[in-house]
Amino acid sequence: MTETPLAAPLNVGFDYTRSTGPVLGRFVNALRERRIEGIRGSDGRVHVPPVEHDPGTAEQLSEFVPVAEEGTVVSWSWCPEPLDGQPLSRPFAWALVRLDGADTAMLHAVDAGAPENIHSGQRVRVKWADDTVGHIRDIAYFLPVDAEDTTPTESAPPVAEREEGAPVSVIITPVHLRYQHSASPEESRYLRGLAEGKLIGQRCPACEKVYIPPRGACPTDGVPTTDEVELPDTGIVTTFCIVNVPFLGQRIKPPYVAAYILLDGADIAFLHLVLGCDAQDVKMGMRVRAAWKPREEWWTSLENISHFEPTGEPDAAYETFAHHL
Amino acid sequence: MPDVAIAGFAKAPNVRETAGTTNGVEMLVPIFAEVFEKTGLSKQDIGFWCSGSSDYLAGRAFSFIAAVDAIGAFPPIHESHVEMDAAWALYEAWLKIKMGEVETALVYGFGKSSAGQLRRVLALQLDPYVVTPLWPDSVSIAGIQARMGLEAGLWSEKDLAEVAARGTDKDVSELLDTPYFADPLRRHDIAPITDGAAVVILSTVDRARDIVDRPAVITGIEHRVDSPVLGARDLTRSPSTEIAAAALDLDGADLAELHAPFTHQELILRTALKLGDDVKINPSGGALAANPMFSAGLARIGEAAARIHSGESRKAVAHATSGPVLQQNLVTVLEAR
Repeated sequence: MTETPLAAPLNVGFDYTRSTGPVLGRFVNALRERRIEGIRGSDGRVHVPPVEHDPGTAEQLSEFVPVAEEGTVVSWSWCPEPLDGQPLSRPFAWALVRLDGADTAMLHAVDAGAPENIHSGQRVRVKWADDTVGHIRDIAYFLPVDAEDTTPTESAPPVAEREEGAPVSVIITPVHLRYQHSASPEESRYLRGLAEGKLIGQRCPACEKVYIPPRGACPTDGVPTTDEVELPDTGIVTTFCIVNVPFLGQRIKPPYVAAYILLDGADIAFLHLVLGCDAQDVKMGMRVRAAWKPREEWWTSLENISHFEPTGEPDAAYETFAHHL
Repeated sequence: MPDVAIAGFAKAPNVRETAGTTNGVEMLVPIFAEVFEKTGLSKQDIGFWCSGSSDYLAGRAFSFIAAVDAIGAFPPIHESHVEMDAAWALYEAWLKIKMGEVETALVYGFGKSSAGQLRRVLALQLDPYVVTPLWPDSVSIAGIQARMGLEAGLWSEKDLAEVAARGTDKDVSELLDTPYFADPLRRHDIAPITDGAAVVILSTVDRARDIVDRPAVITGIEHRVDSPVLGARDLTRSPSTEIAAAALDLDGADLAELHAPFTHQELILRTALKLGDDVKINPSGGALAANPMFSAGLARIGEAAARIHSGESRKAVAHATSGPVLQQNLVTVLEAR
């Protein structure tokens, strides 16, 4: 157990797609036309970006107020090494900018070049994206009012499809995050075993149940599973479903069977495929054996087993696996 | 309604990076064992379980479900989860005991901050329409907050270094000689990235007397939230902490554990809580020593309780925060009674 656990990069991403509603919708549609609109709160203050409800009274707000595309830096911090997705890929300042005509400040980037070139109270103006689409990123960043404006902006984010000329009612924010994902020590033993064609389970030292994949903690006793158990590649189908529905990314043509396989000697079933017979012939208790992929395709994955197929032996009696359902 | 006390606390070693999974099991199993040993309780004695953690930190959906293995959740148990610092899970557990539903509760928080790029991951806490799409990082937003106070004359860079120096062997002038990490913040102003976990056991006061000699009785607990609109808040104050504190009796507190991931935030909190100079601040080192996301706030409550258990404190204040730049704040008063 002193081996380093297996780890690998895990990159997750999705396009966060949101409806805008009447207030933010009006704001982003104005941005597309290179105008900025705030909203008047119950106390008369103008909020930019607009808020749907007054932060003090919770009253629903609806009086839009055009504001300038020039404003004043309220406070700032320097960003020497920009991160993925930030408005500029060269060092810049994050700032709260209060636009002329507004009473609240908006957070955005100021392309100041160096920290010496920015200060609170500084006058800045909007640098519009070359292509505006109806999104907060239509404001590419801010520039000091007297700065030259010669740098092309980076490309705009995607927007939801809409008819030509139709107002923006949906905005997309791509979210992409990178992680280093680690398996537990127990899972790592199991995955390394698979690379050698072995099915390694582990036994809970308290209740003696055998788990495959092994677990960082037994769900009954809350202690790590420890004793290693090599299991055969034969077992039974405890329960199953026939997949008839096609879906994106499906690798096998329906109908096919996804089943819970309980290996002989194990106390927990795992999900796999049952092929090699008609889907209609799969039954609870059916005896099955692993169909391994060619050895040269093995790696630290249960994918090394292509599927399970019937052995032709008599089915297990229901009573023998009822407590594993 | 029964009074509630803290009867046990344990925390994982706070490290920059663990080799473990993002589900926290490796960190949680040992600290559950530790807290059960300290209290003489077993999992059969626990009436309610509640946790705090984040899917964004783990990079996968329903990540807290895997952690449930660590508590031995079969046969089924009475369990809940908050996607916030586990101090808010403690609040939920406190309510369960107050309402007479259970006598004991175990609260835990965990997070593997090192798995992703923490200050970027935290951009997902912000307004999803007009702020998150810019990916402002947590350090930059805190820098904007720090500068507001610097320029308003509420604190100086020296004041910030004095907060940091308490937890180091360097003196203030050495700290001020270091370069900016993100102007106006230096590295010593920013909490470290930490993987960690914490666990607290709550019970009725009567039950707690059987478990520890000096139970840490919760004589007040309040939490409030400020507007998510960063540009509409006075970032130099923490109105939500002020309002939470105003509903509590903090008089006579001799110790405070404050959840301040940035040096200037400790100064904001001391003002908001009106803590006098005689109050001992963060004997544990606070979040600047270790900032395990989603358990650092719970750990503040646990650390304060542990000092009441040991006799070091008679009345302690514990503060926890969640969200960007002190957006949400929870204040707990603990007393030896």
